[in-house]
Parts: sequence; C-alpha cells; structure tokens
Amino acid sequence: MADTTHQSFDPLATGSRARQTRSRSIVYLLLGLFALLYLSPLVIIFMNAFRPLEEIVREGFISLPNMLSATYWVEAWSTFCIGGTCEGVSRYFSNTLLMTVPATILSTAIGLVNGYALSKWRFKGDTWVFGLITLGVFMPAQMTLLPWAFVLGKIGLSNTIAGLVLVHTVQGISFTTLFCRNYFLAVPDDLIKAARIDGAGFWRIFRRIMLPLSPPILIVCVIWQFTGIWNEFLFGTVFTSGSNQPITSAIVAFSGSGTGERHYNVEAASVIFAALPPLFIYVIGGKYFVRGLTSGAVK
Amino acid sequence: MAISEHLPAAAKAAPKPRTLRTGTTWVGRNLPWLTLLPTGILGAVFIYGFIALTIYTSMSASKLIPDYTFVGFEQWVKLWSMRRWGIAVNNLFVFSGLFIAIATVIGLVLAILLDQRIRHEGTIRTVILYPMALSFIVTGTAWKWILNPGLGIESLLHDWGFVEAQFDWLVRRDRAIYTVVLAAVWQSSGFIMAIFLASLRGIDPSIMQSAMMDGASTWRIYRRIIIPQLRPAFFTAVVILLHMAIKSYDLVIALTNGGPGTATDLPSTFMYDYAFDRSRIAIGAASATMMLFTIAAVIVPYLYSELRSHNRSRTS
Repeated sequence: MADTTHQSFDPLATGSRARQTRSRSIVYLLLGLFALLYLSPLVIIFMNAFRPLEEIVREGFISLPNMLSATYWVEAWSTFCIGGTCEGVSRYFSNTLLMTVPATILSTAIGLVNGYALSKWRFKGDTWVFGLITLGVFMPAQMTLLPWAFVLGKIGLSNTIAGLVLVHTVQGISFTTLFCRNYFLAVPDDLIKAARIDGAGFWRIFRRIMLPLSPPILIVCVIWQFTGIWNEFLFGTVFTSGSNQPITSAIVAFSGSGTGERHYNVEAASVIFAALPPLFIYVIGGKYFVRGLTSGAVK
Repeated sequence: MAISEHLPAAAKAAPKPRTLRTGTTWVGRNLPWLTLLPTGILGAVFIYGFIALTIYTSMSASKLIPDYTFVGFEQWVKLWSMRRWGIAVNNLFVFSGLFIAIATVIGLVLAILLDQRIRHEGTIRTVILYPMALSFIVTGTAWKWILNPGLGIESLLHDWGFVEAQFDWLVRRDRAIYTVVLAAVWQSSGFIMAIFLASLRGIDPSIMQSAMMDGASTWRIYRRIIIPQLRPAFFTAVVILLHMAIKSYDLVIALTNGGPGTATDLPSTFMYDYAFDRSRIAIGAASATMMLFTIAAVIVPYLYSELRSHNRSRTS
C-alpha cells in the first residue's frame, strides 16, 4: 500500500499505448532540439578552429571543417599576436592559471576556518558578522573598482597577477565562508560538545572532527572558486593591461577590435583554450558544480 | 535553494554550546572570533569601506583625479540628466524584463520535460547546464560569430536558398539589445532548469496520483497542482536572474561592446566607461552607487522575507 502512494507521478504513462508513444517521442524530440541548441555555439567555435581562413570567409562560420589539422591550435597557443605581443594565448592562459590557483586555494582555506568558527562557536556579534558576509556576496563589483584601483596602485600591485590574486581572494572569502558555514551547521553539535568535554580545543576539534568531514564542501568551494575566477573578466580588465592580463581580457582584445585582418580560425582555437579548464572541471565535477550553483549562484 | 539555503541556517543559530570554554588563556577563550578577525578586517576595509568610499566619491568633485571636496548630490543630478545614462537604465529594464521572463519559461519547460522519467536524463542535463560553467566572454564571442550578419546565421540562410533572409539584429541599433537577451537566456536557462527540477522532485506525488484517479488531465494537473507548488522556486529564479541582469557586464562587452553606438549600454558598461576610460570618476562612482541601490532593493527584501518565512515555520 505504501508503495502506491510513493510511486512518482508519471504523466507519460497515461492513456492508450499509441498516445503514450506519441507523447514520449514529443518529449524526446523537444529535449533533443534543446540539447542541440545548447551545444551548437561551442561546437561552431570548435569547428572553426580547423578551417582555413578563406574557407571561413567564403562559407561563413556555420559549416563543417573539411580536414582536421592542429595548425591553428599551435599558432593560437604559441605565436598568435595579441595586443602587440606575439607569444600566443599561452601567456594569458598561464596568467589566468597563476591568478586562479593561489586565489582559489587561499579563499577556500580561509573560508573553511571561518565557516567552522561561525557555525560551531558562539561569540558576541556572530549573527552580525554572518549577515554582513552574506550581504557582501551580493554587492556589485562596480562599488569596489575605483578604491581597489587606487589601493593596488599605492601598494605597488597594479598591473600584476599578485594584485588580482589579492582582489579575488578577498572577494571569494564571502562565498567560501557561506558555503562552509552552511555545510558545517549540519554537523551535530553533540559531537563538538563531546570532544570539548574530552578536553579538545578549537583547533583540535577543527583538525580531528571538521576537517575529515569537509571534502565534499571543499570540492564545491574549489570548483566554484576556480571556475568563477578563471572566467572573470571585469577585475582583470580594470587592474591589469597588456601582457599581464588574464585570458578573458585577451579574447576581448583580439575579438573586440574591428580593425585589421581577422584570424577567425586562430581566434576560435584561443577561445576554446580559454573554455577548456572550466569545462573540464564541470564535466568531471558536475554534481558538485550544480550543488555550488544552487547554494549560492547569486554572484 | 540558492540563497534561501543560507538563510534558514541564519535563524538556526540557537543550539550552539555556550558555556564551555576553549581554553584557559585569554587567547584560548577568544579563539573563535580571533580566527574571524582577519576576515572581518578585510571585509570591513575592502568591501564595506570601499563601498562607503565609492558613495562618498559620488558626492565629491572628483574628475580625472580624486578630489574629495564634498558637493552633495550634484553628481547624481548630473548623472540622471545624461542621455547616455537614460539609455543604459532603459536598456536594463528591457533586458532584465525579457531575460527574466524568457529564461524562467524556458527553464520551467526544460525542467518539466526532464521530469518525465526519460532515459539519459543526466547527459541531457549536463548538456543544457554546461554554458553556466563558461565565461560570458567565451559564450559572448560565440554568439557574436553566430549573429554576424555576413558570416553567421544570415549567410547560412542565404546558402540554404533564402536569399532574402535578413538577420542583422547584432548591428541594428533598435534590435541589438535583443541579441544580448538571446545570449543571456541561452547561458542561464539551464541553471533555472536545475532550480525548477530540484523543486519538482520535492513535490509529494500522491496529490498528483489522486488527481489522476479523479480523471484530471495531465495539463490540468500541471496548471492547477504542480506549477502553483513551484512558487518558491519561481521566486528564487526571478531574484537570481534579476541580480544577474543588473550585474551583467562581460556578456555585453563580448557581444556588442555596448554598441552599435550606445545602443546596448547597461549601467555596468556605463560605469566602466566613465570611471576608467573617460576619467570622470565621480560620475562613474555615482552610477555604481545607483547599481548598489538597485541590487539592495532586490536583495534586502528577499533576504528579509526568507528569514521571516523561516522564523514562522520554526515557531509553528
């Protein structure tokens, strides 16, 4: 009996067999079309990275490549001229990597400790601290751009990767703290109490109880921070210039300029290089990516 | 879900151990908040301090260089009298209205389609959601090519024999903003799908079962029973999308760069242009302040209502 009430609702299993088949095929058809629609922009870019320039100009962007060769990929990676320097997109790729990895590690580590302190310990004003951190997540970046530009200039970090690491770490702590706090709230307080009665202190409880429980939220934080910082554009474009810019700014630099001859095939390969790391992370850590999204995608 | 997931927790702060101490020394006893102190200082200076500074700058005489002579609301008045700011604000209304409406509808349709116990659900979900993992710069560039009148869809239609076909919205002043809507919907609707799908899976199926026994049609069950129960998900989706719309910057830069002319300017692109390219710092700061107010007008009531509804459910 209990089984029938818990059986899930399945609209496609109603009506005659012919009707069921018909409605099922409509659902699959629609989903197939949507999937195609979602895939095509990236696929179109990808295919153009294999096509000679005159073919692109003659036949347009939306066409299949006639041959597969790595020529344009190699050019994009190592010799493509972007904003005066001809070192390819590899330079900007490594800029982004050098910015993303430290900022991800720092903000995740700090957020982990913060989340623990906020969720498991009570002190004066803790709700205020939490409220202000939450609100900080929503603040538009535009409100901090001018002061950051000024401060980075003063401390000698303007136009450096280190400056971007600093900005992204500070901005990222709000997110990681919130993620970790909400995750740690689910850890039973009795566990902490028992440990304290046994004489364990703040750091001991962190190391022995919280840290072993934290891998799932660590993965969420790392994925969230890595993809977010990798894809970021505004800070990179405001605080750095020329060959110190991250890869997103480099893409805008070559694809935004309407003048000069366009190398669509090499540009396409460069765009794919910029897309690959977050895409890779999304494919291998999809479950955690979605979890991060639904618990704080308000960026 | 989304922010709401943080908030119930906010109200749940009660059962923390209060009396036990972490140690006997002062440092030991105060470790919890001492740990948070560095973050507190960083946040106080680099987030809230900076916000205060930007608001003050918007009330100063700053131009090319900061000049902290207080001028009251002079710059705000100047900003609101600027034609270009008017265009940016108007665009934000058009863009966010369409973006929210279309992305919500598509997200809901996708979630309902995916909820039909279909095969390969995981794969299809992955495909629909992947744009969220990409930079708006990447997707904006992709759409810029597809919408390119000479080489994109238009030329494809010509090749297929529709020689008269025209699709030049990207370069038309009165249409370009809709291309931004298109690309933004494409990128974000998968995420809205994920929100609705989670909500759909949370509905108790027994109500639908009994409605079906009573002979209600599928369409009727969706309209009368299921969709009304998705109200919280609608609410979350709209807040998230509105928040995304107000902050949209990267996509516009990659797709249209605010053009043609200023046809697709948004407050965010306006702010960058005035603060950094035209060196009219106070006007840039004033426009950022307006963005802050708009975000606050959306987020503060949302956070408030989430907290309240949680408190209600706790007391009942």
